[in-house]
Amino acid sequence: MTPATPSGAMLSIPALLARNVAQHGSKAAYREKEYGIWQSWTWADVAEETDALALGLLTLGAATGDHIAIVGRNRPALYWAMIAAQKIGCVPVPLYQDAAAEEIAYALDHCGARFAIAGDQEQVDKIADAREGLTTLEHVIYLDGRGLRKYDHSAMTSYAEVQAKGRASDLQGEMAERIAALDYDSTCVMLYTSGTTGRPKGVVLSNRNVIETSKNSAEFDHLKAGDEVLAYLPMAWVGDFIFSIGQAMWTGFCVNCPESEHTMMTDLREIGPTYYFAPPRVFEGQLTSVMIRMEDAGRVKRWLFDHFMDVARRAGPDLLDGKEVSFGDRLRYRLGNLLVFGPLKNTLGLSRVRVGYTAGEAIGPEIFDFYRALGINLKQLYGQTEATVFITQQPDGEVRSDTVGVPSPGVEIKIEDSGEVFYRSPGTFVEYYKNAESTASTKDPEGWVATGDAGFIEEGTGHLRIIDRAKDVGKLSDGGLFAPKYVENKLKFYPNILEAVVFGAGKDRCVAFINIDLTAVGNWAERNNIAYSSYQELSQHPKVLEAIEGHVNAVNASVAEDDMLSGCQIHRFLVLHKELDADDGEMTRTRKVRRAVIGDKFDDLITALYDGSSEVYTETEVTYEDGRKGKITATLDIRDAKVVAKREAAA
Amino acid sequence: MKDTVDSYVTEDGRTIGKVLMDMRNITLRFGGVEAIKDISFDIREGEIRAIIGPNGAGKSSMLNVISGFYNPQVGEVWFRGEKRPPMKPYQVARHGIARTFQNIALFEGMSVLDNVMTGRLRQMNTGLFAQALWWGKAQREETENREAVEKIIDFLEIQAIRKTPVGRLPYGLKKRVELARALAAEPDLLLLDEPMAGMNVEEKEDMSRYILDVNDEFGTTVALIEHDMGVVMDLSDRVVVMDYGRKIGDGTPDEVRGNQDVIDAYLGVQHD
Repeated sequence: MTPATPSGAMLSIPALLARNVAQHGSKAAYREKEYGIWQSWTWADVAEETDALALGLLTLGAATGDHIAIVGRNRPALYWAMIAAQKIGCVPVPLYQDAAAEEIAYALDHCGARFAIAGDQEQVDKIADAREGLTTLEHVIYLDGRGLRKYDHSAMTSYAEVQAKGRASDLQGEMAERIAALDYDSTCVMLYTSGTTGRPKGVVLSNRNVIETSKNSAEFDHLKAGDEVLAYLPMAWVGDFIFSIGQAMWTGFCVNCPESEHTMMTDLREIGPTYYFAPPRVFEGQLTSVMIRMEDAGRVKRWLFDHFMDVARRAGPDLLDGKEVSFGDRLRYRLGNLLVFGPLKNTLGLSRVRVGYTAGEAIGPEIFDFYRALGINLKQLYGQTEATVFITQQPDGEVRSDTVGVPSPGVEIKIEDSGEVFYRSPGTFVEYYKNAESTASTKDPEGWVATGDAGFIEEGTGHLRIIDRAKDVGKLSDGGLFAPKYVENKLKFYPNILEAVVFGAGKDRCVAFINIDLTAVGNWAERNNIAYSSYQELSQHPKVLEAIEGHVNAVNASVAEDDMLSGCQIHRFLVLHKELDADDGEMTRTRKVRRAVIGDKFDDLITALYDGSSEVYTETEVTYEDGRKGKITATLDIRDAKVVAKREAAA
Repeated sequence: MKDTVDSYVTEDGRTIGKVLMDMRNITLRFGGVEAIKDISFDIREGEIRAIIGPNGAGKSSMLNVISGFYNPQVGEVWFRGEKRPPMKPYQVARHGIARTFQNIALFEGMSVLDNVMTGRLRQMNTGLFAQALWWGKAQREETENREAVEKIIDFLEIQAIRKTPVGRLPYGLKKRVELARALAAEPDLLLLDEPMAGMNVEEKEDMSRYILDVNDEFGTTVALIEHDMGVVMDLSDRVVVMDYGRKIGDGTPDEVRGNQDVIDAYLGVQHD
């Protein structure tokens, strides 16, 4: 094995693992909090564990090219399962742990998985449900055996047992051969897209995609062994695969898994990651809870917070970017750091963050600036599964909330006349599995891939700005540009609003559905002695509607300033009686709004918004977490918002 | 029928062992009131045994007899094949019986972890002085017990509230913490007094899952009192039905469900 680092010699994840064992064998590679203590595994341990599982899978008859589905919460053993699969020439297919049984069934059937590795009983149950229609699935391996004692074990084995079988076997030669057969173009992983439209597609990524991208992005941000990350985002998401496997293997940093999804914030504080990724909603949620707690704080504390946050907003981002800051402000910022920012960052678990990223959705400028002001190097990136994450990212010192950065190393970008963004990069995916048609329509023979997003390159800075999904950008009946996301994002920047969906393509004016944020609005209600017994009741409270109306009016005023988009102002809106939910198909598992589904499902509400009625009665089917269905009914108030007249008309 | 056999196998394939606790002709009086009238039944190793009945039927009194809190005026309590003399509750606890309470009896100001640790008292032997110094054996003992407690915290999935004071928790979680504390004692027989009272459907489902898992994973024998018939019928292997201090039914959920006396007691009969 070549111990040197040229990427040419490191053609697969198992090869990188072997290198890490040689270079940092006794350093922690993975940690997991269990039984209240951080348990850790060194690189050498990881090599041993993955060997054992890989050999165990061989004893079960895993053949080269088999797909192995992996589903469960972020746990070291499941990351190892992916590496073990690679060690025997199989393709790991991580699935979303909160996916419903049908979704899992679809993926298992589509990739023809012969083996599935499940985290716990919940996942085993879902696979068992799916299993009836599946002919290919042969064996299920489970990690946590709790509650499974009485299950039929004829085609089911525990992870530890498979490893034990592997350790006892004499198939090392076979495994070594299969590792040696891996090259830069063999498949590294297959990931299912979240599927904002239609069925999910299996994106095949090669070792080249993953390793080149990991190398480039790690160099871009100077990631190194000794960095710490917290692995808490779904394992089926490409970002987690790149952070927790790709970059971790490339640089040799340590991946920490939280104890459970509910302890994530505590675990974050304990680990203090140096490299951190979170979608905007996590940052929003943290900011909301900070603000709520500050409102409850005593006067002195509140004054301190307000005063020094002003200083931070003035000086913090500039200090971070290395720009000129007056001596007085520097001094005040230092003091603020001692009294406010330092302790606050510590509470948030972000004291040590050297590189922080957010992506997936637009982040509110106030939210973004809040974290930057605290001295946290939060940046934005733009990417997708098909690009192995990175398309553009913001370099240190050029960070703004309204762009997504410059092309990542090795990525070329072009904007078509239609406004759609195309890219070509070493990370460009191989194909959609068993779907040549979609592959061809997404990736042209020269390797350019359509992102499906409309955007433009900003003159002067070379930064990319995204406007909206290309297919969502439409025309109003008067010919004006309709970019729903642009308006929705402005709405969502209000803490009271969790989600907004704007309609108006082909119509003469825009209308909107609003979802309130239960944390923020609930707290506001408590503060103002407003009693409510359910989400539904709170959402329809006149005072809540009034507050939302205020936000909508403010957004209209801001939208009106943009000549091109002033037609997107919201004329009428209603507050939905239920939260949009992935279980009901209204959102993707990564919490992106499925516009078409919502449009169909709440057709009656849209009609009412346009026909001028002041309230509407509706029945909605909801799916509970266990898959049962129920119905909720509500009468929703419809409100008119203030619309600013077009400028030409006013002038 | 089942009283005479050594063991039986349940529908889901668990083997239920020999009699663990045998209540023979128990009568319990409070002054002139007879709370329990001549009741006999047994609890077998590894089974989930439910005691049900309308309000005031004497269920809680029965549980208190088992836990040694009340001593019946008439009748004998046989435990592991031996007749149990009148005992104080702490002596009963030493015999491997733990319980939860209908009205939550936790230390509200203490954290979840500390509350669950109190369940380990029976396993802690070092003296006050050694524990205050926290040195040598005391330290080792605490580490061992903490480990056992952490396994239970993991089992009941209450990691996120480990350090939260109990007083700040919602009702459903408090009930779970009570179960955790009872489990921390590593009981052979676990008594649950209305574990699902006042819970919503989701909390009930969770609690049922945990009870089944406890029984399955640790082999703990469970005796529970419960109002919710649906839950009882789904959970338990055998059911004792009480009404006005008398036993009116005893058997598998199906047998009990078909018993006319039980139906009358629950649905009421027309008096004409």
